[in-house]
Amino acid sequence: MKRHLLEAADLDRADATLVLDTAAQIDQALAGREVKKLPTLRGRTVVNLFYEDSTRTRISFELAAKRLSADVINFSAKGSSVSKGESLKDTALTLEAMGSDAIVVRHSASGAPHRLAGWVRGSVVNAGDGTHEHPTQALLDAYTIRRRLGRLDGVRVAIVGDVLHSRVARSNVWLLTTLGAEVTLVAPPTLLPVGVGSWPVQFSYDLDAVLPKADVVMVLRVQLERMNASFFPSAREYSRRYGLDAVRMAALGDEAIVMHPGPMNRGMEIAADVADSVRSTIVEQVGNGVSVRMAVLYLLLGGSPQ
Amino acid sequence: MTHLIKGARVLGGDPADLLLEDGRIAAVGERLSAAGATVVDADGLVALPGLVDLHTHLREPGREDAETVETGSRAAALGGFTAVHAMANTDPVADTAGVVEQVWRLGRQAGLVDVVPVGAVTVGLRGERLAELGAMADSAARVRVFSDDGHCVADPALMRRALEYVKAFDGVVAQHAEEPRLTAGAQMNEGDLSARLGLTGWPAAAEEAVIARDVLLAEHVGARLHVCHVSTAGSVEILRWAKSRGVQVTAEVTPHHLLLTETCAESYDPVFKVNPPLRTDADVQALRAGLADGTIDAVATDHAPHAVEDKESEWAQARPGMLGLEQALSVVLETLVEPGLLDWAGVADRMSVRPAAIGRLDGRGPRSHGRPLTPGEPANLLLLDPAARAVVDPAALASRSRNSPYAGRELPGRVVATFLRGEATVLDGKAQK
Repeated sequence: MKRHLLEAADLDRADATLVLDTAAQIDQALAGREVKKLPTLRGRTVVNLFYEDSTRTRISFELAAKRLSADVINFSAKGSSVSKGESLKDTALTLEAMGSDAIVVRHSASGAPHRLAGWVRGSVVNAGDGTHEHPTQALLDAYTIRRRLGRLDGVRVAIVGDVLHSRVARSNVWLLTTLGAEVTLVAPPTLLPVGVGSWPVQFSYDLDAVLPKADVVMVLRVQLERMNASFFPSAREYSRRYGLDAVRMAALGDEAIVMHPGPMNRGMEIAADVADSVRSTIVEQVGNGVSVRMAVLYLLLGGSPQ
Repeated sequence: MTHLIKGARVLGGDPADLLLEDGRIAAVGERLSAAGATVVDADGLVALPGLVDLHTHLREPGREDAETVETGSRAAALGGFTAVHAMANTDPVADTAGVVEQVWRLGRQAGLVDVVPVGAVTVGLRGERLAELGAMADSAARVRVFSDDGHCVADPALMRRALEYVKAFDGVVAQHAEEPRLTAGAQMNEGDLSARLGLTGWPAAAEEAVIARDVLLAEHVGARLHVCHVSTAGSVEILRWAKSRGVQVTAEVTPHHLLLTETCAESYDPVFKVNPPLRTDADVQALRAGLADGTIDAVATDHAPHAVEDKESEWAQARPGMLGLEQALSVVLETLVEPGLLDWAGVADRMSVRPAAIGRLDGRGPRSHGRPLTPGEPANLLLLDPAARAVVDPAALASRSRNSPYAGRELPGRVVATFLRGEATVLDGKAQK
């Protein structure tokens, strides 16, 4: 494992598999235990440096660090020196001077974690940067698929929605293909990046043509403000053409699962009865997120699993 | 002060002596002598006419922490320049006779190069109504180049009027070609790499569409148009087509667009963030070919100093722009001369003669530039050691800023001396004031 986790594109098959296997070991070690805590990172300090609101990711990382017995500091850009104009670099150096061993960073600017990694000696974990990557989300998605379907090699994954602006989609493209899955991106042409043809994936504008061949459908959140920038004409039209509803779900194979990184727009990209169906792994993904983030922190900060 | 330059290869030709006296070239020949002259040994050095930059940001007034007219002038002299056009996007904007005269006067005081102010096309660079172009043209600064650089004159009707209006004083509009509706939030060239890096794309079409529109407007109203920092292969094609139709269009390319590609953005280091952005290798090759065949008229630096805090940040937050004055000639050596695309006469043409003509600095007066190195002409020239190679160290630059994209890169060529009207502004590679 490298010192930082900046992007899923950095992970080779061995490293990615190591993270998933470690998460599985951690799950096993904690299964049935009353006290869900390991002493592995006692005395280490993890800082959650969040420049964007993200309750679920922040809580997931916080829980992961605490379950490994690390000290956790939450640093949110709101109400801090950042709002007074402190630069990312100064903030990073301040946190390091206070003895942080790892910085988990969420930032609206693509590449911000890369900049951070050049300024601090500790580890940097990318918890989502702009429209670039969200590597731990992809790791937890891969972990969820492997648990549900028993494998990743040859699994056919359809990623549906706003690929252009999605860091989740990018991370999943690199990680899932590294792990042997076959990925198809489905979106209106306006929401696929120029240059998508150079990615190691298929893409389609037709969700109905893709669904019967998918083992996994990963639905992305679509932000309504995209409508105002003419990426699509209306929420209703988007939903009609690319929303996953019960009728479309019926076209899926028996074993196929439905995923969503959350938060969902119910009734927009995913219908409520799909989100709550037995195919849905949405709640499971949240739980797996903690295990996978424990594995990442553990592997970056050292120690051996109990 | 009289200088006797011994054994310089004028435009790479046979060694000759040049006698500089009273601001002019007094004689060119073999075994010249002059009592009391300061002798400059130019054995192995190439003599070129003093370089003329059509596109420099000197940041004064407004951002003197990034650059001043004096520090920028020193950087220019060290790069072999004897004249630079100072862009209008200062604070206050150079959109009145008062501001352009201030910049012009500061240039006079520094005395290292002729600082030629560029006037804004529109008030405050806002693209709404014309600035007082005639007042700037008639001022002591004698402005002939007008540009909203940093912003495109996007309104087609306003652009048409600007092109027409400056004909009255033989001016030219230098357009920063960028359709703003296509580049909202843009961070880097749009393509495979921007898709992967998650940085909002700046499509080539946003530049090409404006150039295509503007050459048609220039043709329609019979005006001169100059296109700033051309960056794409498609732009070169449009310019070639326009020139073949006889449109009065000229264009410039920056050193960084001749050397660097978008892959620099993979580091997310904003020292490589620039507008227009670094493009693909195919674009770089087309720009080199376009400069070599004359479709692109000039190399212009777009020297854009920025304070450390404006670059030591996230990519999206950083200001666009990079230093260029001190390495421009070296980059042209690396990308065109050494590969055999351009000879020394070609370098003189693209970096001195044509930019001086575009800026209307090429008259017969004592303050003219881009003139041949022959007796009677103003003694504006540089001596270059083409065999020298050096690794660029930003800390050693004369610019007040450090945002050089060439840091750590070895480049050929060293400017040994620069003369402005016979006075040495640079000797032995060192600025003389």
